[in-house]
Amino acid sequence: MTGFGSFVAASAASGMLVVQPRMGMGDPARMRKGLLATRSAAATTVGTITLDSYTRLGETGAARRALTAGEELNGYPITVHPPGTTRGMLAGVMDDGFPVQVRHGSALPEAIFALLPALGLHASEGGPVSYCLPYSRTPLREAVRSWRRCCELLVAARDGSRAAAEPHMETFGGCMLGQLCPPGLLVAISVLEALFFRQAGLRCLSLSYAQQANAGQDAEALAALGRLAGELLTGTDWHIVLYAYMGVFPQSPGGAQLLLDEAARLAVRSGAARLVVKTTSEAHRIPTVAENVLALETAAAVADHERRAPPGGRATADTGVYAEARALVDAVLGLSPDVGEALVAAFAKGYLDIPYCLHPDNAGRTGSRLDADGRLHWSSVGSMPIRPEPAGRGTSIGSAELLDALSYVRRTFDERAFDLSAVSRPPFRGFGEPPSRVPLPDNQQDGAPLP
Amino acid sequence: MPMGISARAGRDIVVSGTLSDAHTWNLVFLELLLRERGHRVTNLGSCVPDALLVAECRRRRPDLVVVSSVNGHGFQDGRRMISEIRGCVDLERTPVVIGGKLGIGGADDGSRETILRAAGFNRVFEEGATGLPEFLDYLESLESEVLL
Repeated sequence: MTGFGSFVAASAASGMLVVQPRMGMGDPARMRKGLLATRSAAATTVGTITLDSYTRLGETGAARRALTAGEELNGYPITVHPPGTTRGMLAGVMDDGFPVQVRHGSALPEAIFALLPALGLHASEGGPVSYCLPYSRTPLREAVRSWRRCCELLVAARDGSRAAAEPHMETFGGCMLGQLCPPGLLVAISVLEALFFRQAGLRCLSLSYAQQANAGQDAEALAALGRLAGELLTGTDWHIVLYAYMGVFPQSPGGAQLLLDEAARLAVRSGAARLVVKTTSEAHRIPTVAENVLALETAAAVADHERRAPPGGRATADTGVYAEARALVDAVLGLSPDVGEALVAAFAKGYLDIPYCLHPDNAGRTGSRLDADGRLHWSSVGSMPIRPEPAGRGTSIGSAELLDALSYVRRTFDERAFDLSAVSRPPFRGFGEPPSRVPLPDNQQDGAPLP
Repeated sequence: MPMGISARAGRDIVVSGTLSDAHTWNLVFLELLLRERGHRVTNLGSCVPDALLVAECRRRRPDLVVVSSVNGHGFQDGRRMISEIRGCVDLERTPVVIGGKLGIGGADDGSRETILRAAGFNRVFEEGATGLPEFLDYLESLESEVLL
């Protein structure tokens, strides 16, 4: 029997990148069909059950009413369906060769975690910081307390005789706000949440990082994440999971595909064992199951091609991401022997301070910007114990520059796709309206709009 | 305050998301935009309970409240929110506007705006090519207003 973590490890050992969709349906029959389609895709896959927004917020009553009224939910309401229904939904789908992870986005997820072991589900994700600061007003201290109890619930259900029941937790800390957070801080939060999980008794972990706007900077960040995890997460099994870009997505199918291809190549080159994909319809709507399957198969094919490609000798330049992440992690761990307490203290002191995060517990004294190549830089480091950027970058970003930065990836990849197809196309007339409205980046981690 | 002196002067503005909406980039953008125009901004962030918005408005007595929602539930959240605000004697006349992507059904045929204005919003700015320019025009009129 294998669990989530050992399945990914075995796949990595045989040279296969595990690919995973974002997927959640309110109706158990449709959820089962989605999982079956994921399972039978021509790729090494794991399944996803994404929970709906009502369940994420603990509003079980609202989820039940919506379900009764026949309304479409944007995820699977795991606390509403009877346990027997969920076990039936998973029967013959989830097994040794197809582990399933529950994704939820909840700052206070105890009701969810309390259910999982009895459903045979042992893999989930999130974290006290990464699911609190961007998506809720919950005080960080409460989220830390709640997540510690959640870990305890998973650990208490550990059955030493069954490897499949080894609980797996992934930190979402490398995805903070989806875009515009410099990689040193993403890496640091990913590692710190993993250390929090380890302290709470988990032994099987994964560390996330979300593709940003420059492939070279992302490669450096993933190398830094792997190095730090190797140094600090002793006594655990861990792997790295890369998320395809989570910000404002290219509008053209060609541009979206180029971005997704880049994510798959990045995952292979940087030694990530798992990739969470998006689809080419990302900018427009929640993807269908067929679109998800196509995205999984395309990512797997690109990864396979990249693995066979001769090493390009592209050495990853060291611009200081590792040193920055290490300085942040060390400063935080120095605040308390308890990682949860250290995280709370670090945000209170501004040692960790996420740019553009409006949560009341975030100091909000840092700023970042993109350079012309899409590399992220600090415009202000606030009280974080890291080196400020060289003079000249110190001015804070304005509203026009923010819009420009938020749509940098969309613009760049739409243009790249156009350039590739320009010979056979009529003259370029732009990609429709400029973003005159406030952009609507997907800041919920699982692609579905919030309720 | 001497008459006329406040033309173009900064205003105290509260920016707020709605209870059900966790999006924040729209709120960050609005804060930067308003600060650039010389206003003093209190950004309440996302997932704001109605009672918190009312309490902050009573405490701060802002010159303008800007509610932004992009999750498609702004119509329902906004109606509930504005009735709480207008139900408070201190805030009966405070300018309150709402904007963003207010429904899940795409563009408004005008009925959402009518209902939201009847419920007490001073202005409604739907997403699209005209939403932001209209909001900027509205700000312009507010900025050039002479406070007596």
